Amino acid sequence: MRHAIIHYFPLLIVALLWEITPRLGIVSANILPPLSAVAVSWAQLLGEGELVSNGLASLIRAGAGLAFAILFGGTLGILMAWWRPLNAALGPLVQIFYPIPKSALIPVTAIWLGFGDASKILLVFMGCLLPIMLGAFNGARSTESALVWSARSMGASKFGVLRDVVAQSALPELLNGIRTALALSFVLLVAGELISASNGLGYLIGLYGSAGANDAMYAVIVSVAALGFLFDRLFQTFSQRVLAWQQ
Amino acid sequence: MATIENVKNGSRRAQGTRNATILRAAAVGQSWIGLVSLALVWELFARSGLVTPFQLPTLTSVLQTIYASALSGELWQSVQLTLYRTMSGFLIASTLGIALGVLMARNRTIRWFFDPLISIMFPVPKIVFLPIVILWLGFGDATKIFMIVIDAFLPVLTATIAATSTVQRDLVWSAKSMGASRTELVREVLLPASTPQILTGLQVALPLSLIICIVTEMLTAGGGLGADMINASRFSNSRALFAGIVEVAVVGFVLIKLLAVARKHLLRWHPETAPPATV
Repeated sequence: MRHAIIHYFPLLIVALLWEITPRLGIVSANILPPLSAVAVSWAQLLGEGELVSNGLASLIRAGAGLAFAILFGGTLGILMAWWRPLNAALGPLVQIFYPIPKSALIPVTAIWLGFGDASKILLVFMGCLLPIMLGAFNGARSTESALVWSARSMGASKFGVLRDVVAQSALPELLNGIRTALALSFVLLVAGELISASNGLGYLIGLYGSAGANDAMYAVIVSVAALGFLFDRLFQTFSQRVLAWQQ
Repeated sequence: MATIENVKNGSRRAQGTRNATILRAAAVGQSWIGLVSLALVWELFARSGLVTPFQLPTLTSVLQTIYASALSGELWQSVQLTLYRTMSGFLIASTLGIALGVLMARNRTIRWFFDPLISIMFPVPKIVFLPIVILWLGFGDATKIFMIVIDAFLPVLTATIAATSTVQRDLVWSAKSMGASRTELVREVLLPASTPQILTGLQVALPLSLIICIVTEMLTAGGGLGADMINASRFSNSRALFAGIVEVAVVGFVLIKLLAVARKHLLRWHPETAPPATV
């Protein structure tokens, strides 16, 4: 307990500085509203239900895009490692597309599907697909051949081996790829919603920002930052659970 | 005897280099094949009638658009702006990241203060702070460069901390016992020994810098490839949009390759640049 207090004390210092500097007039309270003011307006937004309804809208978009990306990317990656012709066909494409900055997708999905929900889900899906695919591919490729052989010799079918041996060995790297994708999904969604949306957390930030309600804008921004942090931690805990058998 | 060994080693090395060249040529060939087939698939698919020219313009028309903007000089203006922002942000982020990383590895108080802040900031989607930074710094280059710095700085920092804290103790001890001062220790031992890992951090930070630059250009205007792309999308000019994607891809590719070449040059002394030990 004492250790934790000492460890997290610097956060308290930063919080205090955030509260004091605008109060003393060192910076304008308009540019940096004191922490307490942001907390009050956060509680208000939560009470009015604004935060929850827009937060849900954002999370559903990100979740849908990410779920499709995990489904397609995971399957394709494992199949690419399993079946050479597929690798020969898709490998060069992955190599070309992987280094292209993912943010370039924002206007493309807008031109294909407009500025609604579908374009944002497609944006998250396309942005997250390659990191997940690559994770699954690298993981599945490094499956020990001895494991595959012994499973085959014990009478496992080809599909059985794919499901019980290859997919299992691919798991650590696949989870790593999903973690990268999780961070990416937040970035793409927030950027996409800031550019144009009719609801969602990014929309809320833009709305309060342009209305000059900076307390509320800060409150929403802190919420998004906290959500990003929280989901990363949750996913890490989940990965450790899933991979517990390996240690 | 010694000469025979030398001759043998020499010929083996020559063999190794030749094999490495063949492997590299094969890899280059493969990526060219990929590029050419992608270009063909794009052109044929766009002409097939399955998509409208608005959804996917033909590659040839996109290349024409790029050529026209290169002739009029607009292309260079945008590329220059984007490169200036990306590289300023990247250089500031690298300098800060390496400096703070070394300080944190050498000083416990500094480490105590920054450790929890970094572990909290790392998984946060930093792009969400853009409206705050706009509030502070306006819509100009300063905002874009600042956003790149806060995003690209963390991978460099964590790579530097990891690298400098794992430098072999005996290296540090022998330098100290031979009378190295603190600055000499950092400059002559710590930094060279941690260069490979720091460079890996930079190789993460550079593409990230370009991504953030493009996103902030889309969100705050003021020219550059990102602003061009979002304008093209607003005016439903899909040729210009796809031209932007090709341009961004090329810029990203060149930057990544240049850093990889720099890595090879900087690590001439390191085993990783030796030709692969093929038989």
